[in-house]
Amino acid sequence: MSLTQTEAFQRIATIRERSVIALKESKETGLKVAGTYCQYSPAELIVAAGAAAVSLCGTSQTPIPAAEKVLPRNLCPLIKSSYGFAVTDTCPFLYFADLLVAETTCDGKKKMYELLGQIKPLHLMQLPQVQNETALDSWILELKRLKERLEESFGVEITSERLRDAIRLLNEERRSLKELMDMCRLKPSPISGMELLTVLHNTGFNIDRRDNIALMDQLTAELRRRAAAGISPFTEATPRVLLSGVPIGIGSDKVVKLVEECGGSVVGFENCTGYKKLDPVDEAGDPLVAVAERYLRVPCSCMSPNPGRFELVKRLVEEFQVDGVIDLTWQGCHTFNIESHALKQFVQEQLSRPFLQIETDYSESDTEQLKVRIEAFLEILARPR
Amino acid sequence: MVSVGIDIGSTATKAVVFDGGVRGRAVVPTGWEPREAALSALRDALLQAGIAEGQVGGIVGTGYGRISLPIFDRRVTEITCHARGAHHLCPATRTVIDIGGQDSKVIALDEGGMVSDFIMNDKCAAGTGRFLQVMAGVLDETLDGLGSLAAGAEPVSLSSMCAVFAESEIIGLLAKGLEKERIAAGILDTIARRVQGLAGRIALRDTVTFTGGTANNPAICRVIAAHLGVKLHVPEDPQFVGALGAALIAAD
Repeated sequence: MSLTQTEAFQRIATIRERSVIALKESKETGLKVAGTYCQYSPAELIVAAGAAAVSLCGTSQTPIPAAEKVLPRNLCPLIKSSYGFAVTDTCPFLYFADLLVAETTCDGKKKMYELLGQIKPLHLMQLPQVQNETALDSWILELKRLKERLEESFGVEITSERLRDAIRLLNEERRSLKELMDMCRLKPSPISGMELLTVLHNTGFNIDRRDNIALMDQLTAELRRRAAAGISPFTEATPRVLLSGVPIGIGSDKVVKLVEECGGSVVGFENCTGYKKLDPVDEAGDPLVAVAERYLRVPCSCMSPNPGRFELVKRLVEEFQVDGVIDLTWQGCHTFNIESHALKQFVQEQLSRPFLQIETDYSESDTEQLKVRIEAFLEILARPR
Repeated sequence: MVSVGIDIGSTATKAVVFDGGVRGRAVVPTGWEPREAALSALRDALLQAGIAEGQVGGIVGTGYGRISLPIFDRRVTEITCHARGAHHLCPATRTVIDIGGQDSKVIALDEGGMVSDFIMNDKCAAGTGRFLQVMAGVLDETLDGLGSLAAGAEPVSLSSMCAVFAESEIIGLLAKGLEKERIAAGILDTIARRVQGLAGRIALRDTVTFTGGTANNPAICRVIAAHLGVKLHVPEDPQFVGALGAALIAAD
């Protein structure tokens, strides 16, 4: 039986559909919903407000033409897709959201949010672009502002106790997710990159965090059994790729698909879809400060400087026995595209691993050209080092 | 062992029969049917070598059409094949510049001749053989004619690298009465600038070997070498380097 036919995977594969039904029912009985787009959104505050925090759609090419009626065409596809879903009202999670929580990460996003705020109630957090004490102080104030907005909009009080409960719950979800992703440390990995991406993508839409935890733990147990029995979609010789760069999801997964179709194994996602999610919130001390510290640490290219990303890439390359790094950057994403140059030097010179930058969008028009690059890269990785 | 490499490019399909040395080779236009082109190049090359198909021990396919044929024992990308072929012809090669019909690439080789890094142009015709063909067509010249025309002329500066925009820009310049020679020189300059842009992302280490059909044109070689500030090594018959690399890999 393939992994995708197992009960745990089947249930994960249908999370989105089940979550939409659950959302509809829960909304009727008074559940409040806040939608988020980014790893910088402090979900703990939303959960502590008794509301559901759900990811919003933004990984499909479909609504991009509608977005381009307003947004410039040379903008990054993630921003266009997110906005396109809103103007076409085709994302059920956005439809059910009472409030959107957004951050001033990159220029494209923050200006798009000005337009999005005209369609839906939107709370914009002013995210600092540097990770130091001054930035932390102002970020704590921003978290307080979000807390007040949530309390006011949802008619609740976010007590320290409720925030601590939310921190524990979300840390538990991170623990579960980490154990699952860490199965890819095995050589060969018992799960393909596309299968793992399906889990990472779908669990973001689940309003029931405990269900997420149970499903992922079940899947991890299944993967342990498979690994023990020597079952894997790959072999010892399959080149192991770490994918870094921009966030991806189902619909913007073409590079993962191509790597695995061409004979590689994506063993890790060093992006906001993957490993960047796992950093836990400190459970000791002031909970609001702990949440602020944790979210300001996210090593996104919108930070300057952004040393955390390089440290994370190094760690993952070593811990996941990575043969080569692919840095995926969306067209029009200036911060990741510029940072790619420094990352290339770092990976080639400090980590002695081959590096490939791929700059593309959500469309299928460059599939053949990408195949040549990816196959040639895998040919480099397949050689004995 | 007799091995064959077939390089199905977007413009031309090349075949090389190898048995310790090149025994036969052929080039045919790819046209709209890459399978037919590959089979016909194979037949021609075997005929020239005087070798029957049954004697062939291995066939490697490369180039854009590499996916389309069941006769291939293996498919290998043109990046690996060009590097292998260039290193075989000139073991000192550390950089390969290849201008193909549909894309151009710069490949870095390590001491052992293995690919260590590469860069390719985006999904457009800028800086490719196709760009040159289209522009030569606007001037009603062949590729060779474009080169001779450009020799010694002061290049006009073309602002467009895009094949579509450059075409209209050239039509505009012709309408203004600008000399054809200066425009021809400007076209070559554009290609060189594009390759320079690609090469800037990879350290150009000597020896730099220039492969692909475009390298047959001495004027283009001169302009690119001048822009990059390096000496270019152009192997004999640069068009066959990819197919030769494929044949060498097939012999492994």
